[in-house]
Amino acid sequence: MENKIIISPSPHIHSGDSVSKNMYGVLIALMPALLVSLYYFGLGSLIVTLVSVAACVLFEYLIQKFFFKQPATITDGSAILTGLLLAFNLPSNLPVWIILIGALAAIGIGKMSFGGLGNNIFNPALVGRVFLLISFPAQMTTWPVPGTFPMSYMDGQTGATVLSLMNEGVTQLPTYTDMLLGNMGGSLGEVSAIALVLGLIFLLVRKIITWHIPISIILTSFIFTGIMHLVNPAEYAHPIIHILSGGLLLGAIFMATDYVTSPMSKSGMLVFGIGIGLLTSLIRLFGAYPEGMSFAILIMNALTPLINLYFKPKHFGGK
Amino acid sequence: MLRTFRIGGIHPPENKLSAGKKIVRLAVPKQVIIPLSQHIGAPAQAIVKKGDMVKTGTLIAKPGGFVSANIHSSVSGKINKIDSAIDASGYKRTAIFIDVDGDEWEDAIDRSDNLIKDCKLSGKEIIDKIAAAGIVGLGGATFPTQIKLTPPPGNKAEILIINAVECEPYLTSDHILMMEKGEEVLIGVTLLMKAIDVKRAVIGIENNKPDAIKHLTNLASAYPGIEIMPLKVQYPQGGEKQLIDAVIRKQVKSGALPISAGAVVQNVGTSFAVYEAVQKNKPLIERVVTVTGKKLTNPTNLLTRIGTPINALIEEAGGVPENTGKIIGGGPMMGKALVSPDVPVTKGSSGILLLTKEESVRKPMQNCIRCAKCVNVCPMGLNPTLLMNATEFTNWDMAEANYIVDCIECGSCSYTCPANRPLLDYIRLGKGKVMGIIRARKA
Amino acid sequence: MILIAIISLGGIGAAGAALLYATSKKFEVYEDPRVSQVQEVLPAANCGGCGFAGCAGFAAACVKADNLDNLNCPVGGASVMEKVSAILGKEALKTEPTVAVVRCNGDCDARPQLNQYDGVSNCAIAAALYGGETGCSFGCLGMGDCEASCNFDAIHINPVTRLPEVIEDKCTSCGACVKACPKNIIELRKKGPKSRRIYVSCVNQDKGGVARKACTNACIGCSKCEKECAFDAIKVENNLAYIDPVKCRLCRKCVVVCPTMAIHELNFPPRKEKEADSTVKPQKIQPETAATVTPENK
Repeated sequence: MENKIIISPSPHIHSGDSVSKNMYGVLIALMPALLVSLYYFGLGSLIVTLVSVAACVLFEYLIQKFFFKQPATITDGSAILTGLLLAFNLPSNLPVWIILIGALAAIGIGKMSFGGLGNNIFNPALVGRVFLLISFPAQMTTWPVPGTFPMSYMDGQTGATVLSLMNEGVTQLPTYTDMLLGNMGGSLGEVSAIALVLGLIFLLVRKIITWHIPISIILTSFIFTGIMHLVNPAEYAHPIIHILSGGLLLGAIFMATDYVTSPMSKSGMLVFGIGIGLLTSLIRLFGAYPEGMSFAILIMNALTPLINLYFKPKHFGGK
Repeated sequence: MLRTFRIGGIHPPENKLSAGKKIVRLAVPKQVIIPLSQHIGAPAQAIVKKGDMVKTGTLIAKPGGFVSANIHSSVSGKINKIDSAIDASGYKRTAIFIDVDGDEWEDAIDRSDNLIKDCKLSGKEIIDKIAAAGIVGLGGATFPTQIKLTPPPGNKAEILIINAVECEPYLTSDHILMMEKGEEVLIGVTLLMKAIDVKRAVIGIENNKPDAIKHLTNLASAYPGIEIMPLKVQYPQGGEKQLIDAVIRKQVKSGALPISAGAVVQNVGTSFAVYEAVQKNKPLIERVVTVTGKKLTNPTNLLTRIGTPINALIEEAGGVPENTGKIIGGGPMMGKALVSPDVPVTKGSSGILLLTKEESVRKPMQNCIRCAKCVNVCPMGLNPTLLMNATEFTNWDMAEANYIVDCIECGSCSYTCPANRPLLDYIRLGKGKVMGIIRARKA
Repeated sequence: MILIAIISLGGIGAAGAALLYATSKKFEVYEDPRVSQVQEVLPAANCGGCGFAGCAGFAAACVKADNLDNLNCPVGGASVMEKVSAILGKEALKTEPTVAVVRCNGDCDARPQLNQYDGVSNCAIAAALYGGETGCSFGCLGMGDCEASCNFDAIHINPVTRLPEVIEDKCTSCGACVKACPKNIIELRKKGPKSRRIYVSCVNQDKGGVARKACTNACIGCSKCEKECAFDAIKVENNLAYIDPVKCRLCRKCVVVCPTMAIHELNFPPRKEKEADSTVKPQKIQPETAATVTPENK
């Protein structure tokens, strides 16, 4: 090998971009929301996050090592990301054993059963969350009340989320300021709109994602819930409340934009986003569940191959 | 807002190390190796034999088909042999070896520096002279120029677009040519305009060459119909279809020729060669070659006789540095890795780039994460990862339906891919297969 | 209540059945029963060696064709084609069984590596790029397109020599590797009596000296074998010898005279002592001596 000329096909240079750079980029974008959740949910948030991340990385390592018998790729950051996103979708008072089951579902069923990173159809973190939501509806729908660095984990006071309040017809809701900052009940990563939007700006600036999916989801839900609000303001909440509450922003910015499970062309991304916006609003307004974001994303994940087939990138010179 | 093409594109580090380096005339080597296929199309047919004496500029090979070109001796001396030699294609192909003896030129060639502006020739006569001089597209595609200047019946050119974008990183040969031979280039452009009978010509230059833009804009005021258009830096703007889109906002349809948009595109180097051929009777026997690389002591622009082995050029630039991993003929995006430094300079050699071992080695490939970055950068609006999969699984129908033949092999997809997937390697293979299938179907 | 359920569900079932029956009758496609009969005797490997996408396509073509002259199942060979011809009552051509033969013996020792390929490990891609890692631009690239193309696990790259080796018992001579090889190294040759074959294991068309320099096992086109052959079976064209398998009588004389041992014999019993004494044992000669042997070399 010493001094032989290397021959390879062009191009001979590379941008230096890598899978792990993208994954760690998303992780950085999630940091503001993580900090907010540590502030409001304290110890519980810390435990849930650490357990979820550690479990996802461990399960990925074990499955790759013992089932696939291939070198583990946990350093690429995708398992950490799945763990963090799963944690963001869980209440901060969830028992450890349930988190472990969720992580196993996310990595084992959501990702590895399809062949690992790049081959999964559904967003792994959402597979984990929905698995838990269906299996443990009680634990998954009791949220702790936000405090200031509360040191309680599973024994704290619990309350409801904005959406479940609305679903039950309660009219007294948190103020907009609280909703923007994240001073309300909910899964630990979804509460602060400002932190999530900061993450979005980071992702857009670093060109990790394009605007198409998040903006189309937010706009669609805004318009749809807005129309319903105009039709019947008593029954249906103001669209801004819908945007700020629940997992809509978290889903639109971090879950729906998952590379693997979203369409490849820009037109496809718009269709995907509009679909999620519509489905989320429908489930929220007319469904039995107060929150529909995860279901909407999973349904559109399933439709992604079809969207890819019909919405091709814009071809140079037209047809 | 500067114009550029409207789909995809990337902006790799420019690394124009040899920018502003004056053109240096490289000494004539002891022996030249002149390959018979220096252009797209049929190889030329040698009309000399072993032992013949030739002068600089003597015709030594005639076109071997319709799409082919004349080849002239770039030196004076004796034909050593006609044998196979490894060239930039990586294969052995027929070439004429000439032992240099002095430097005696054909009498008809005007070797003075006098600028000749007037030209009494008709368009047809200009094209004939271009064909006689063996001029091919000097941007790298090496398509015989006279054919591009003769549109198929029923088509009429409306605009001449001169490609001076030099979007490949590292390369500076066109840039320095415009700076030093601006007048000649512009006269060449007027000759080309006359040849295809158009009133308007646009020279597209990327705005990372502000000095060239300024210089040519000043000169162009004396040449009616020629306009300089600064363009936003974006690779692959030098692609014919991309440049047409950037300059006149028309997208040539899939499978169509640029003439369908009323445009004829010529490289700025070609325009200079046209000037020399028409006004000075000088055939295409030398060209400016950029020799560059981060470890090279003296990156430079060399005026080199065709057929000079490239190690002579590298020596001039300071010799092969330690730790050289790759020698590339052309730029880093579309150039070809050369098998040995004995490969000769040909008409299409725009540059020689030396990469270090670290720069040369590819990183290991990972799974596709469907991030769609390749889709976003593809200047032809294709889906590279889909086309790679189609090729890998030999699904030629799928590859064809997704326009694999439109790929211009610019390499933006492979450059961008975070998973280091060799997208273009596969697409190039699939494109060749699908083109073969289409040809077989038509036959 | 139960009755209503039974009646309604039964009704739906009956209606569905009727609908299915009607559509299946209406859209029934008539298929010649002989097609499935033919398909039954075919190997069902779906390898495409016959030129059709799979065995079903081949069977349909056999039934449709007037005669079987142009149709042959290389995998099944003569015995299967006999059965096909019995079913259809059409005469099948007698074909001799063939087997894939790799015509390159430039192993790593014989062909020094001159450069290092760093692209996809795929012969077709490398071949489109350049001549290969060694000085021989005709020889095997060793990245195993043939191995990948084989449905029968019959051809493998030997990790030591980096050359493919055919497992004769598994090779069905479907021709997939022949098509896959971008260098056209693999040939389907007559299997020969007791699988005995003699062939030139090289496809290098460079002049002798050049070929020899690139690979010590290359055919240098010296024509010794051509002169030696008593049956006019060997022709040297473009600096390369080729043995016509039809004319070759397997006398093995050419194998002995080849100065580079580029002619290979397969499945022959070892030479008798007496023979070995009388004939000069083929020995590898050094490049310098090779140069004197080759007339082209200057």
